[in-house]
Amino acid sequence: MSTGAEEMAALRPRRSGMVKWIAVVAIVIVAVVITAGALAGWFSSPPITIVGAGASFPEPLIAKWAGVYVTLTGVRVNYASLGSGVGIAQITAKTVDFGASDAPLNATERSRAPGLLHIPETIGAVTAAYNLPGIPSGLNLTGQVLADIFLGTITNWNDTAIATLNPTVTLPNAAISVVHRADGSGTTFIWTSYLHLASTTWPSSLVGKNPSWPTGTGKPQNAGVAGYVAATPNTIGYVELAYTVLNSMTVAKIRNPTGNFILPTLASTSDAAASASPTLPAPDGDWSAVSILNAPGPTSYPVSSLTYLLVYKELNVFGSSMTQVKAKALVDFLWWVVHDVVDGKPAGQSYAAALVYVPLPTAIQTLDEGGLRSITFNGQTLHT
Amino acid sequence: MLRLQVVRRRLLRSIEPGALGDSLFHWLTGVVAVGVVALLGLIAVVLLIAAQQSIRTFGVGFLTGTRWDSVADIYGAAPFVYGTLVTSAFALLLGVPISLGVAIFLSELAPAKLRVPLTYVVELLAAVPSVVYGFWGLKVLAPVMASSIEPAVQGLLGFLPLFQGTPTGSDKFSASVILAVMIIPTISAVSREALRAVPQSQREAALALGATRWESTRVAVVRYARAGIFGAIILGLGRAVGETMAVTMMIGNKNSISVSLFDQGQTIASLIANSFGEAQIGYIQSSALMELGLVLMLMSLVINVFARLMVSRVLRRGEGLG
Repeated sequence: MSTGAEEMAALRPRRSGMVKWIAVVAIVIVAVVITAGALAGWFSSPPITIVGAGASFPEPLIAKWAGVYVTLTGVRVNYASLGSGVGIAQITAKTVDFGASDAPLNATERSRAPGLLHIPETIGAVTAAYNLPGIPSGLNLTGQVLADIFLGTITNWNDTAIATLNPTVTLPNAAISVVHRADGSGTTFIWTSYLHLASTTWPSSLVGKNPSWPTGTGKPQNAGVAGYVAATPNTIGYVELAYTVLNSMTVAKIRNPTGNFILPTLASTSDAAASASPTLPAPDGDWSAVSILNAPGPTSYPVSSLTYLLVYKELNVFGSSMTQVKAKALVDFLWWVVHDVVDGKPAGQSYAAALVYVPLPTAIQTLDEGGLRSITFNGQTLHT
Repeated sequence: MLRLQVVRRRLLRSIEPGALGDSLFHWLTGVVAVGVVALLGLIAVVLLIAAQQSIRTFGVGFLTGTRWDSVADIYGAAPFVYGTLVTSAFALLLGVPISLGVAIFLSELAPAKLRVPLTYVVELLAAVPSVVYGFWGLKVLAPVMASSIEPAVQGLLGFLPLFQGTPTGSDKFSASVILAVMIIPTISAVSREALRAVPQSQREAALALGATRWESTRVAVVRYARAGIFGAIILGLGRAVGETMAVTMMIGNKNSISVSLFDQGQTIASLIANSFGEAQIGYIQSSALMELGLVLMLMSLVINVFARLMVSRVLRRGEGLG
């Protein structure tokens, strides 16, 4: 009757005293560390963290700002790049301290989030990038011609409409291959808004973040469109300025309202914002109709757009999750963001150009200052 | 003496962690298994709730509607159901024969020296992330498709409506090719396992009856393993139906139905991935996307149920034939 149970017991490895001791010591160490950590957190004041969410376009710039700002002040900034739509939804729901959007709030969005300020923090430009072997940057195009290309009514590169704009260029007798964004995107919104504004043929039903394109191939993200243009001869697509600069793509000069053909650069985009600034509303006004497309001025690039940080004018709307200290930190950060120099040290805007973002012209910085000065917490002004 | 043994055994059982460990393990695995089923149910419920607005607005018309317009807020799913089915079907058409070839070679024909490294490589391919396939497709495959493969196919089969139009390299055909490339490792790895599981006696019996290598493989091995092979194909189909990134980069993303494979199209998974970032919660577009998710889930369910039925029918018929 020497049974299986005994054999099993014999087979089972005995836990040696050594192992037991190691386990006990490990548990004690973990417990001490956790307790110490909790106590330290209890007694020392926790670091301030500002949370933002929204557009993917300014994300690299905001990430740079966050990295510099934490070493300067100890205030952390966490930004989630989730898309402009999500940014507006989250600031409306007050789950983040600031939102970011490439498009201003429309009437519905504005009514859902009363007291939200628009703070332009940088400027974007959309370029017409093409791949025509042997033809460098600077092909002359107009909004009308671009609209007809993206509608599929101009189908060949040697079409007379393109040829008359470029008498000195030998255009190939090749079909135009059109590429557009496949994903919903602020870049698409800017591009289709421009085509509608600058042509007689682009219908308003095709203005949107992801309209139903009449022709062409869709690729995801700026990288997808840029990659397709680079790999495919006779292709034209629209790409955010930073991508065309960083990938040295060939881009078109586009005719602005004064009749000049303008190459997209940081300077020509900044000029567009500066020349449009007198028409801008105050930060607490209605921005739904704001556009710096086709901005006046002889050197303005016509396909430019402001991009916004969204922040509440009265910060007590967050309830108990907002404190006086945090509200002050938020406003100080935004103040630092929209300036070139703060307290004698380089501030937010001075980091823009290196990352191929367009620095704010003085006129828009002044506008932002007014908006940030008006922010209060329980009625108290935060920035003096 | 005997009594002592019994007492000792009882004592051991109560002290040793075995009994407690066994029942703990039993409950833990049980909870996890039930949890997975509950999670699936919860996902379906959440999708159903989130899709309510779209279901109420469009009704059955959602499934038959061919227009997806986020400016006019009109949503119909037909182009994407069509695109998903067509690309997956062509991916299987291209991928299954190659996968079976790979599996049969690895299991039946390859010399031992080649078998092990080749098997490793095939299984490694199954683990490559899809975005890598997508970028390879975008940068390498698409230009080759446009310049040589698609014109060649058109030259051969251009009389069919399926292969008309201008080849661009980013269309339903290219998407099917990249899907085929992606499902080949899955199907061949699982099929190979099924073929290896065939008892050696099957092969020996066929060879003893005077069968050639080919006859033995066809009649005694592949036939015996067909349930497993069918399962492998369904696994591949599942990957093709749900694939997102690689398809997005290759299919051209056009929200309409067209017969030609050289025309752009769109699949459900690809559309959801593309549109979700800018679709706001609470608006009808996001609700319509949720309903699309539900449709995709139902499609996968139908495919799986259908596959199960097929497998069990094939097996029963096999038994009948003896």
